[in-house]
Amino acid sequence: MPTLSVRRGVAMVVLALVGCGGSSARPAAPAKPSPPTLDDDAPWIDPASFAPVRKRPLGRPLSDAIRNPAAPTIAITNATILTATGQRFERGTLVLIGGAIAAVGGSDVAVPAGATIIDGTGKVVTPGLIDAHSHLGVYPAPSANAHDDGNEATAPVTAAVRAEYGYWPADPQIARALAGGVTTALILPGSANLIGGRGFTVVMRPARTAALAAFPGAPSTIKMACGENPKRVYGDKGGPSTRMGEYAALRTAFLEAARYSAKVAQYGADRQRWRERQARAEAADRTRGDGKRIAGEPAPTPPDVDLKLETLAEVLEGRVLVQIHCYRADDMAQMMAIADEAGFTIRSFHHALEAYKIRDLLAARGIAVNTWSDWWGFKLEAFDGIPENAALVTEAGGRATIHSDSAIGIQRLNQDAAKALAAGRRAGVALDDDVALRWITANPAWVLGLDGVTGALKPGLRADVVVWSASPWSVYAKADLVLVNGEIAYDRSRGLTPSDFELGHSAIDRSTP
Amino acid sequence: MIARLVTLLALALVAAPVAATAAPIAIVGARVHVAPGTTLEGATVVIDRGRITAVGVGVAAPAGATVIDGTGKVVTAGLIEPLSSVGLVGIDLEPSSVDGRFGSLDAVHADAVHAAYQAQDGFDPAAVTVPVARSGGVTTVVAAPSGGLLAGRSAIYALDGSPTPIVGVAAVHGALGHGGAGAVGGSRGKALGLLREVLDDARAYNATRAAYDRNQARKLVADRLDLAALAPVLRGAVPLVLWIDGAADLRAALRLARESKVRLVVVGGAEAWKVAAELAAARVPVILDPTANLPGDLAATDVRDDAPAVLAAAGVAVAVSTLGSNTGARTVRQLAGIAVGNGLPWDQALAALTTVPAQIYGLRDRGTVARGQVADVVVWSGDPLELATAAEVVIIGGVVQAPTSHQTRLLDRYRRLPVTP
Repeated sequence: MPTLSVRRGVAMVVLALVGCGGSSARPAAPAKPSPPTLDDDAPWIDPASFAPVRKRPLGRPLSDAIRNPAAPTIAITNATILTATGQRFERGTLVLIGGAIAAVGGSDVAVPAGATIIDGTGKVVTPGLIDAHSHLGVYPAPSANAHDDGNEATAPVTAAVRAEYGYWPADPQIARALAGGVTTALILPGSANLIGGRGFTVVMRPARTAALAAFPGAPSTIKMACGENPKRVYGDKGGPSTRMGEYAALRTAFLEAARYSAKVAQYGADRQRWRERQARAEAADRTRGDGKRIAGEPAPTPPDVDLKLETLAEVLEGRVLVQIHCYRADDMAQMMAIADEAGFTIRSFHHALEAYKIRDLLAARGIAVNTWSDWWGFKLEAFDGIPENAALVTEAGGRATIHSDSAIGIQRLNQDAAKALAAGRRAGVALDDDVALRWITANPAWVLGLDGVTGALKPGLRADVVVWSASPWSVYAKADLVLVNGEIAYDRSRGLTPSDFELGHSAIDRSTP
Repeated sequence: MIARLVTLLALALVAAPVAATAAPIAIVGARVHVAPGTTLEGATVVIDRGRITAVGVGVAAPAGATVIDGTGKVVTAGLIEPLSSVGLVGIDLEPSSVDGRFGSLDAVHADAVHAAYQAQDGFDPAAVTVPVARSGGVTTVVAAPSGGLLAGRSAIYALDGSPTPIVGVAAVHGALGHGGAGAVGGSRGKALGLLREVLDDARAYNATRAAYDRNQARKLVADRLDLAALAPVLRGAVPLVLWIDGAADLRAALRLARESKVRLVVVGGAEAWKVAAELAAARVPVILDPTANLPGDLAATDVRDDAPAVLAAAGVAVAVSTLGSNTGARTVRQLAGIAVGNGLPWDQALAALTTVPAQIYGLRDRGTVARGQVADVVVWSGDPLELATAAEVVIIGGVVQAPTSHQTRLLDRYRRLPVTP
């Protein structure tokens, strides 16, 4: 069962595109049990159980995202290797085979025969960076109304929409983010809406279609927002115009979703009873043996599909990782209360500039915090941002990430982490390099439900790797090589790959052979 | 009792600026970047009465001087942010705390010309952004308005809380290209034409004010005070600082500057690298953000990471800026570091934060750590462009500045939980 929630029709489109030969091919979905005919009209119901939805485990190993037969055997040798698992190797060796990390260690690690050897002398090797908050592709460059696909700002709850539908996989910003060492990102709808729609986890490579850019098997995510943005956007458009209205609207949406779930469940139960009655009636017809048929009770009518409520029902079922834009500590606490009442779990808060004020609460609940090093003050709810935020959350046992929310910032997540690291150390927080590296690798992998898949240099994980020219904490460091799933996706010596848009009228096209 | 007194004195040193009449300061044993390209190792910098009085290796600290141990430290001139909204814009989204920002650059304004606006009328020297900018080693900002074809006049302030500007009228700021076109209804050519007309009318007005006052002047395209504000631009006393990204717009602006004999300074300059030779020949500096590498503006899509290096190599004076940030001014040194990562020589990156902005705005006694200069000096824990480096001591006008800010006070309060305010 793929963890990506796809309707059968969508799944067929995805599989057809994969058939075109994309290198980031999504795995073929395992065969589903053949559904009864009736369920073709009600495809949101799991055909195996008639249950409206079924819990699927999150963050399980997604072996198909890791295996890549096209990837060569590569050994990076003599490098300083930071693993994001607490290990550091000087003069280390990293072996990549078939898209996966095969071995990592010191100079004693054996280099397989026939491996392509990359001399890492003087270089620093880290996992590929992961940005838990990006709008690349949905707010692409050039910026134009024609490209403005990040906020479906027509209603405060648009849970039915998906960032995937707005993602332009040829966005010129993608190659630039890749050149900054980013291999995976969560593309989110904007924060105009209380519930903006589903996120889209991508492999950071240009692609011909959104489906080809999708991170294979990545869990579903949803974007919510609290505070200033929704009330600013909807204050004059029918509300909500206050935080009061926002929280009431969120509670209302989830109550509605719960009713929808109950209705769908009721239908499943009704249909089951109907089938049993039909079976009994047919048996009685056969027993009577007079050739007359009395079994003819009409089947129960399935409820109308409501994509918005179906999405929220999935949230309530725990099958969607909830990502919430919030700045203020009290707003985050309110969202926790609403999640408790509705019965869903918050995976992480985004921006969360006041997370440090409630870091104990966040750590106790296992809610991650995605933030910046030094953005602050651009709006009143961002007034209390401090550069020590990520460090203090980490010190309290919480899970912090450094995210970008910016097509410029995503090009240097390492620098933002370096600033947050320096600020934390100056404040007396004991932080080693590996902990800060996790802010931009292993921790965002967890936020995306991809821990155990990518975000660390550990045997068996996906070979998403950056070879840096120097310590990534240096402002002068550059990503020399970026490997995605075991293949070299960016090579600084070859320069940036121009996007389609830039061909024929740009310096980066002219500088590329 | 004496111990208590010493503690109080130490607290005073941390909490409040030292009076300018206090004892001299000697920074001893540091690597001193006297000026870009001139570096002394193990040098001493002596500061007295607001000025740098001595710099050199083997210079003795004067008797009674407050000595700052510079061992392992790096000393530079205070950074000059050449295009800032510190002190003008408090919180971007709160109109009550925003001054000098005339709508967005894309908005169409009936009033495209407001050259008469003066940043010195809006600048708040006690703004919450001031100490935060200072924490990044920024000691001087050019507080500039934005929006419209001509946004108004900037002023230059030391970030020491002084309400008196260093320069009251530093430049007239505006925008051509996409930004200027937005201000006049969509045409870049119309924006240029209007600017030409405004400059022409300003020349006419300033030559014949008496006739204007007698109502004997032809109809003028802008208001009286806007035209008057352009007089120093026409005299060449202050530059005309225009945000221009596209190469075609840059060439048009160079022609206009030549015709009008105004000192042009380019801001943004996404495609300035394409006209680097013409900019160098015309001695037009460029104030840029080295991270601006996205083909974001359809009127200027040909961008490149190494534009600062390309421009500098062609002989263009390059200044590095956040281009109008209020809360982000402290990151300007990171921006310079990024330019170095993309090929700009380190000394030119330091110049882009110190001597080039000083030259652009005519600040003769700031921008270097030379004898006789105003003592705007930063003691860094290491390479000032590096991310882990801190501005450990910031001296403005010879006065050690308190590191306290809204942010440091929040950290103090929340360093330990639970908090009991």
